Amino acid sequence: MTPASKGLPAKLAFGALWVYLLVWPMTGIGAQGLDFVPAAKITGAALLAVLACLGLWKLNRAGGDQMGRLGRSVSGAAARVPVKLALWGGLAALLVFPLLSSRYGQDVAINVLVYVTLGLGLNVVVGLAGLLDLGYIAFYGVGAYTYALLSVHYELSFWLALPLCAALAALAGCLIGYPTLRMRGDYLAIVTLGFGEILRLVLNNWMKLTGGPNGILGVKPAAVWLPDPEEGWELTRMLVKSPLSQYYLILAIALFTVLAVRRLGDSRIGRAWEAIREDETAASIMGVDTFRLKLLAYAMGAVFGGLAGAFFAAKMRFVSPGSFTFIESAMVLAMVVLGGMGSVPGIVLGALALIALPEFFRDFENYRMLVFGAAMALMMLFRPAGLIPAKRLGKRSEEDH
Amino acid sequence: MDFFLQQLINAVTLGGFYALIALGYTMVYGIIQLINFAHGEFFAAGGYMGVILLAWMDSQGYMQTHPWLCLTVAFLLAMAYCAVLAMGVEKVAYKPLRRASKLSVLLSALGMSIFLQNGLMLTQGVYDKTYPGVYAKGALQVGDFNLTYLQLIALALTALLMVGLNLLVFRTRLGKAMRATAQDRVMATLVGISSDRIISLTFAIGAALAAASGILVGLYYGSVRFDMGFVPGIKAFAAAVLGGVGSITGAMLGGLIIGATEIFTAAYISGEYKDVFAFVILIAVLYFRPTGLLGENINDTRV
Repeated sequence: MTPASKGLPAKLAFGALWVYLLVWPMTGIGAQGLDFVPAAKITGAALLAVLACLGLWKLNRAGGDQMGRLGRSVSGAAARVPVKLALWGGLAALLVFPLLSSRYGQDVAINVLVYVTLGLGLNVVVGLAGLLDLGYIAFYGVGAYTYALLSVHYELSFWLALPLCAALAALAGCLIGYPTLRMRGDYLAIVTLGFGEILRLVLNNWMKLTGGPNGILGVKPAAVWLPDPEEGWELTRMLVKSPLSQYYLILAIALFTVLAVRRLGDSRIGRAWEAIREDETAASIMGVDTFRLKLLAYAMGAVFGGLAGAFFAAKMRFVSPGSFTFIESAMVLAMVVLGGMGSVPGIVLGALALIALPEFFRDFENYRMLVFGAAMALMMLFRPAGLIPAKRLGKRSEEDH
Repeated sequence: MDFFLQQLINAVTLGGFYALIALGYTMVYGIIQLINFAHGEFFAAGGYMGVILLAWMDSQGYMQTHPWLCLTVAFLLAMAYCAVLAMGVEKVAYKPLRRASKLSVLLSALGMSIFLQNGLMLTQGVYDKTYPGVYAKGALQVGDFNLTYLQLIALALTALLMVGLNLLVFRTRLGKAMRATAQDRVMATLVGISSDRIISLTFAIGAALAAASGILVGLYYGSVRFDMGFVPGIKAFAAAVLGGVGSITGAMLGGLIIGATEIFTAAYISGEYKDVFAFVILIAVLYFRPTGLLGENINDTRV
């Protein structure tokens, strides 16, 4: 036994007692009297979960060397594969995936890709520029409602509306960004949260424009011209209605986002954002126009949110304020942070972890958000930089104080 | 005029609820510069604890015999419960992160908030829970307007708790230690104040006040919901910011202003947009006066 684990049983017993005392009043007092069983069950489950985590952790430490060697040899083998080959292989796998999977799998994949787009967009704001944004879902909402309104009232096609959605979302980004540029850290977070809530409340109450809580029905799906074998391979207008075609549409949007965010991150603008993230004062002294660049970060981040929103409206053919709540913002932020801020593969992994993994545990549907919250807190304790941290990531200047 | 006075009373009552929650935000932020997102959940947990205890006492028949005693016991137990809950949350989710980046702590707080809210939902169900409505049905007629007994209780209790908190912070050794820790944690530790204990106690006191507010809101509106903590939590934070984070008097003032805005907006402008105005005030204050109405000028780097 290591010295740290000496008092472990005592600590565990104390913890269990404490959990029991906290849980019992909420589960055990009722009109029929006092009940001590449910709290015991919950405590037992919590104890089991803690023991499982501890066991995994110990195994990980004990087998650390072997695991590390295995990991290194795997990653070494992966590194020997030429990058181009890996990329094309990955792309091919992505293109083939929906043909091989069930409808359910396609639905999950579409969801993951929507959140990848959202996560990458938020990554521009949080990961690159270091501006904490808790109201990001507002831009998703702006994109979705823009397309819905244009489609319902003006019968505008999806492809014409798409740039408009992006532009309006960027405008919203500037509107939200402008007053917040003087703030930092916590205050920035709370103001962006306020903006997100304001947008949701407006969507909820502006009955004439948005239909209030009932939302907008009858949004048209996107349409493409494809050769149709039944018409002698003539170009025919096809609606993007089936999950298969929707998958390809969102795949295109997500790939565009991946490319754009990568290029942005490597560009001069991206470097300037990173400089602002690491130390705003130093960056501005070195001649970085922090005001314009921070505004640009909001606008660029919002563009991808707007694109995802437009797709969402076209896919659901219905929008309502219920889809743009704070919890969605928290989910996207959690993806960015859990995956690794500023790193594109990290965010893809984060989206996979948060959207696809819970699908395997459908039976525990009710516990999903409970586990999500706990995982978020635990991640911060054990791996605050995320699963795949960005390569260039310094220590934030605020932390020194 | 009578309508106005009636609304004024409503505004002060609601403002008192917000102020009680805001005190917890402001004290915690004053000491460790953390927006405790889970604070709204202590408010909800307090409301639930109240309904559970009162319903149980009602079913046992104690409410018919000693209504006031029951109410007092419910308040005390709920406040104690939330205080212990808050200390636990602090120990599990915030204490290990003392030296971590702000973003990490903020996300941990967000995670805790989601965890607690869903825990409440899983143990108590998704539907509203109704308070046993035995208490203080009547109203005091003063001139043309009503002052319900419930409002009277709420106002009296809010005032009592605030005075008590002020005495605690400004007249006792513990309060002195809290103020010292808020000003400079390292120096406070050097003179022998256990800052960990003070932080833990600050969480407990804040949560107890939020719990009291939760029961009052539950009694006032008649029911509680598992997600009732989020919006009042944000509004109370707006109140704390409005008054100047770290200032206790400021939090009370801020709560009253937010409550008044909400009530008067609903009464004279539009009921649907009353929440929007609270957020607009928050943004406007942060834009024009980032340190709040009563806040001192904090060093730029700390904000």
